[in-house]
Amino acid sequence: MSKLTALEITNLHAGYGETEILKGINISVEPSQTVAIIGPNGAGKSTVIKSVLGLLNVISGSISMNGVDIVGIAPDKAVRQGISYVPQTHNVFPNLSVTENLEMGAWTRKYGIAERIDEMFDLFPDLKTKRNKIAGSLSGGQRQMVAMAKALMVEAKIMLLDEPTAGLSPKFQAQIFKTVKKINENGIPILLVEQNAKQALEIADKGYVLVDGANKVEGTGQDLINDRNVARMFLGSKD
Amino acid sequence: MWETFGFEFVNFYLIPGLVLGCIYALGAIGITLTFSILRFANFAHGEVMMIGGYFTWTAMVLSNDLFGIPLHPIIAAIPAVMLAIALFILVDRYFYKPFRSAPAIRVVMASFGMMLVIRSFVQAVWGPNQLTFVPGIAKPNELVKNLTASVDMMILVPNKHFWIIAGTIVIMLALSWLLTKTKIGKGMRAVSDSPELAKVSGIDVEVIVKATWCVGGFCAVAAGVFLAMDLQMLETTMGFRMLLPMFAAAILGGIGRPFGAVVGGLVIGLAEELSVYPWLGDGSLISPGYKTGVAFTIMVIMLVVRPSGLFKGRLF
Repeated sequence: MSKLTALEITNLHAGYGETEILKGINISVEPSQTVAIIGPNGAGKSTVIKSVLGLLNVISGSISMNGVDIVGIAPDKAVRQGISYVPQTHNVFPNLSVTENLEMGAWTRKYGIAERIDEMFDLFPDLKTKRNKIAGSLSGGQRQMVAMAKALMVEAKIMLLDEPTAGLSPKFQAQIFKTVKKINENGIPILLVEQNAKQALEIADKGYVLVDGANKVEGTGQDLINDRNVARMFLGSKD
Repeated sequence: MWETFGFEFVNFYLIPGLVLGCIYALGAIGITLTFSILRFANFAHGEVMMIGGYFTWTAMVLSNDLFGIPLHPIIAAIPAVMLAIALFILVDRYFYKPFRSAPAIRVVMASFGMMLVIRSFVQAVWGPNQLTFVPGIAKPNELVKNLTASVDMMILVPNKHFWIIAGTIVIMLALSWLLTKTKIGKGMRAVSDSPELAKVSGIDVEVIVKATWCVGGFCAVAAGVFLAMDLQMLETTMGFRMLLPMFAAAILGGIGRPFGAVVGGLVIGLAEELSVYPWLGDGSLISPGYKTGVAFTIMVIMLVVRPSGLFKGRLF
């Protein structure tokens, strides 16, 4: 039997209330893949992730995870199903310590919480020394790591990352991309929305370019980096 | 020094201020948690305090009349706490929950309505007149009196005040343990920080809401019973009269900060009592009739100068 697609989005129309932002999007994430969504501001990149998570109104189309339809699922149920989500902003509990943030990420987990926290400190060694610090007191990059570690406390079947490097220094950006790659190598498929298109495509197995709520171009990460139109529009190339 | 200044100041102003502060603090905990977790100002909170006092009184009377066992108010408050929590959860389920996704003003109005419903219910069941909660003259605690007299600083803390202060300290310690050591308590702090993030982290927000009503209900009954112990009587507007200072305490401490609410409650209780101390000359600094104005003044100043409160609470 062939492996089921980790996440399959077919002909998705979605938006806020009656306003349609996504106009027939198709995206698929195979098991063990990292998939990047890039595109200009307002293209609907984050809307794709929010639709998967049940945070906004899906008008039509289908979303399935490992073959199971998840359209309209409540966000807390989505997490129980194994969707690990890192929002772009406000992604940590600022008045809880780092460890408490991780514990909150493990809300749906019945056992093995302490072990999982140790695994997260291995993955994000910087956080280990800050474990008792209040998350709100950390730097932007460290907060992003707390947010990712918190999201990984569930038994993730897929990880959704909404612009994880936005507003971070280049040093932290590189570190975040490296960690994303590492998480993926541990067997978790990743759907990544990014403004830093080039770096995202470099670690991605597959990339989608969205423009105005519709698929514009798709291909492997390397294909898109080499595509002159994509390069000119999104990768800062002068050609 | 103690004879001319300390004795009067400590026994007649400081201790009553602390007692009032404890009552405000306990009430403000529920208000601040509801405000930060459910995002609305619950006007019915004072009435739950009040009905908690009536439930406790009823348990004391029933125990005495039916079994001949006189109960201390703190023991009689146990069934009252359970009833008050059940009341909070039922009210939430049928009157507040339907408005959860509506603009906050609707649920505030619903709570205002609930305030009137609860008060009218109490008036219908127990009557509109005052009831004696604990009869007799409040005697000073002998132990504290003798201990302090031996160092020439006699403190006359009535037994009822001793119980109120000790009870509040125990509840604060328990609350601190709950909020920092238990999963549900940490979840409450997480939802208070960000309900949206809590949802996408898989936290069952409805469980947290119920826990909030349990903690709020417990503290409200404790505040109501302590108030009734202090006043030695019950009347149907006693909760409502506490509402403004309790909101002032919650705002002073910072919305969503239970420990801020405790500090806020103590500051407001002390400020009210100490504002009538004869700081200048022989007369009260301000007339006792204006005492409640002190809480209001602190609240307004805080909202203008530092709306996030002393402990950086949530801004709405």
